Amino acid sequence: MSGTITARDLPPAPAPRMFGRPPRPSRLIPGLPLTLGYTLFYLSALVLIPLAGLVLKTAQLTWEEFWQTVTDPVVLASFELTFGASAAAAAVNGVFGLIAAWVLVREPFPGRRLFDALIDFPFALPTAVAGLTFSQLYLPDGWIGGLGRHLTQAINRLCGLAGFEPALSDDALSWLTFPFTNTNAGIVIVLIFVGLPFVVRTVQPVLRDWDPEYEHAALSLGASRWMVMRRVVFPELFPAWLSGLALAFARAIGEYGSVIFIAGNIPGKSQIAPVQIVTKLDDFRYAQATAIGAVLLALSLLILLAINGLEWWARRHER
Amino acid sequence: MAGAPSNLAAAARQGSPPPPSHPAVRRILVGVTAAFLTLFILIPAVNVFAQALAKGVHAYAAVFYVQAPAAQAKLSLSERRHLAAARSQAEKTRHAIRLTLAVASIVVPLNVVFGLAAAWAVTKFRFKGRSLLISLIDLPFSVSPVIAGLIFVLLLGRNGLLGSWAMGWTWPDPFSLHWRGFAGGWWPLTFTQSYTGVIFTPLAIVLASIFVTFPFVARALIPLMENQGSDEEVAALSLGASGWRTFWKVTLPNVKWALLYGIILCTARAFGEFGAVSVVSGHIDSNDTMPLRIEKLWNEYNNQAAFTVASLLTLLAAVTLIIQLIIERKAGKAGAGIEGEGGQT
Repeated sequence: MSGTITARDLPPAPAPRMFGRPPRPSRLIPGLPLTLGYTLFYLSALVLIPLAGLVLKTAQLTWEEFWQTVTDPVVLASFELTFGASAAAAAVNGVFGLIAAWVLVREPFPGRRLFDALIDFPFALPTAVAGLTFSQLYLPDGWIGGLGRHLTQAINRLCGLAGFEPALSDDALSWLTFPFTNTNAGIVIVLIFVGLPFVVRTVQPVLRDWDPEYEHAALSLGASRWMVMRRVVFPELFPAWLSGLALAFARAIGEYGSVIFIAGNIPGKSQIAPVQIVTKLDDFRYAQATAIGAVLLALSLLILLAINGLEWWARRHER
Repeated sequence: MAGAPSNLAAAARQGSPPPPSHPAVRRILVGVTAAFLTLFILIPAVNVFAQALAKGVHAYAAVFYVQAPAAQAKLSLSERRHLAAARSQAEKTRHAIRLTLAVASIVVPLNVVFGLAAAWAVTKFRFKGRSLLISLIDLPFSVSPVIAGLIFVLLLGRNGLLGSWAMGWTWPDPFSLHWRGFAGGWWPLTFTQSYTGVIFTPLAIVLASIFVTFPFVARALIPLMENQGSDEEVAALSLGASGWRTFWKVTLPNVKWALLYGIILCTARAFGEFGAVSVVSGHIDSNDTMPLRIEKLWNEYNNQAAFTVASLLTLLAAVTLIIQLIIERKAGKAGAGIEGEGGQT
């Protein structure tokens, strides 16, 4: 996937090479057969051959079998949910990630360093833990799911302390519940969590290297602040932002660990495509699991290709 | 992920400070960011510890260890049953922790050796297909973890491509090593348990974990070694040092922070992997790693125990982040760029 640091972000090399491309590495260095041989062996044994196995198994399916599996209404619904929820999560991250990147680079505030460090937390936290804590939070006895009840109790206790009658009846704030567990909103919430670092971490370095001279220039020519943001700053950030969006989307499509906790996993309603694969495997319907897996793999590789193309385009665009 | 150093570098390059935002806009933006990050990161993280400690420290400890009743203790039958169940649950949790540690202790060294070899081959030489090789090393990051598990089931499972070969293979369980004594021959150690096949055994968990943590070390090393070039190695070699000596004395010290960074990320992921491991574990209790144990406890409505195990992994994540920050600062001082990236879990 993409680097989160561009070449421009690195400190200047100690001894700049003056002309042309860097020299070819010397022939003096030993170890090519050993290291390359080992790399290829390890890569083939653990990644390429197993992945080729999936392709081979897919090729063994008849077209009929493949097509029936993939167009099964339950499977189609799972793909629809996977894409819908991933796109929704990526969109939320696109908006708030952009704001967060801007604030973390440009608007110093107390606690900025803490929040900056926290951005990487979704990378470091096992997704099972993320799924666990989010599903509990939105349960009726969790902090967020029970917000209405907690607030009612707190307000009534305050009234009691002040010597008044309880101001609210027990279910006065019951509209403040979040019926998120076992609905698809929960899926979007955990996907927002797992994709959160991507947009921030791709936009941040570009923004950091951005020369504010252009903003000054635009402002002095009479542009409004909003116009400068829209016409000067955002176009510069756009390739990185889009790349971050695509990364968050790609990540969300394959996500399993956190979603399994918070989703209801009802076939055709709240089951994402990776869960479909696991369900088929548990029923020993390997052919169907293979077919769905092949589609999902092909889609992830397409997105990967698109991201690479995007970065190539951005680099070209820059020069 | 670049820390303060590149901030400074950028500030040095730029003459004037950026134009300030309107105070009201500024306040709104900061408020939105703080609220978003609090709601989506801070509260969930704090919630893990709050739920784990909701029933007190004793309940927290009881998830891992429950003392056996004293022989003369007068307990009713139901109390004894309750205690026995709690003890067996705690034993399962301890087993999950042991298995997770064992898997990581196999997976991480293997991927470190691979990462070093791959980075050396890719950065010190130019050959046809080099950039394809770099992309292939990154491939596991873009594969869904469920598919990572699926491919090993399709390859080594009972009906798999290599299934008949894999299922005919019996291997001893390293945890069951025990002291037999010299009565049965000159060799006093034996295994009391063995596994047949690969899928639905701890070996499959190792394979799946290797797959999902595959790129971390190589990814951390390649950009840095590419950037450093091989002038220093050439100098050492031309002065007569052997290849190995050059590697240990020149290359390794130069990349040590990036290597450590890769190892930290690889370890964190090996501990926390869920999807791939879940598919190849067959939901068998003895194959549970910590994340799988969390799922089982949650499904048994044992929320406090699930959060207790989760709190260990959250602590690990926090430690990972802190070490990452320290390394970035050190590497920044040494003038090295480090690239970080998270994969899918």
